[in-house]
Amino acid sequence: MSPENEATLKLNLEGLLCPIPVVKVSKAVKDLPIGGVLEATATDPGVLADIPAWARTTGNEVIKIEREGKLVRFLLRRLK
Amino acid sequence: MENSADGVTIIVFSGDMDKIMAAFNIAIGAAASGKETNMFFTFWGLKAIQKGNLTGNSFFGSMMGLMNRGGINTIGPSRFNFWGIGRWMFNQMMKAHKITPIAELLKTAIDLGVKLLPCQMSMEVMEIRKEDFIDEVQPACGVATMLEMAYRSKATLFI
Repeated sequence: MSPENEATLKLNLEGLLCPIPVVKVSKAVKDLPIGGVLEATATDPGVLADIPAWARTTGNEVIKIEREGKLVRFLLRRLK
Repeated sequence: MENSADGVTIIVFSGDMDKIMAAFNIAIGAAASGKETNMFFTFWGLKAIQKGNLTGNSFFGSMMGLMNRGGINTIGPSRFNFWGIGRWMFNQMMKAHKITPIAELLKTAIDLGVKLLPCQMSMEVMEIRKEDFIDEVQPACGVATMLEMAYRSKATLFI
């Protein structure tokens, strides 16, 4: 992984359902510096649509979001 | 008047647990996306932000207060309530699926800065005083305030 995509903050959202993953992500992103990267894992398949939607609304960047079996893993960069 | 038109306004008319849940869910999502989010509670919706004490002065008002006490944990679903059995059943099902309890949704909305505004007119009709609401509720207001919030919003919902 390129160094600029190295996560500085990790978040475990496993077992949580809508709307809590979005709440936790929005809180965690506030703790990041601009340009900082958050890595999170979740089990709610709804986050596959919701995290990109949240990022578009708030002006942040989803670097990667993918499903690994029952787990969804994503990388987010704070831009604002 | 500020005219950014980027907020979310939710008019909560229903006092049904399932609809209130949807309203809080949307409010939380909006607030977590950085949107100014206001919830305007009118008519049965007031039940969701009450403390749960007895209300009313007149005979009818007191009867209503007794039969429908209000409070986030006493409201029942719009269908299959069966005098409270349905509420219990839904709560069990939500617990089994690890869904956030409705009281927790209310708390999360408050923590995220969602504003809760009660409708003065409904308070008069239903004989509910501001002391009957949870502490976080804003001063009562009317349709002009609600509309001003709606003009500042990109999305306005009536639930």
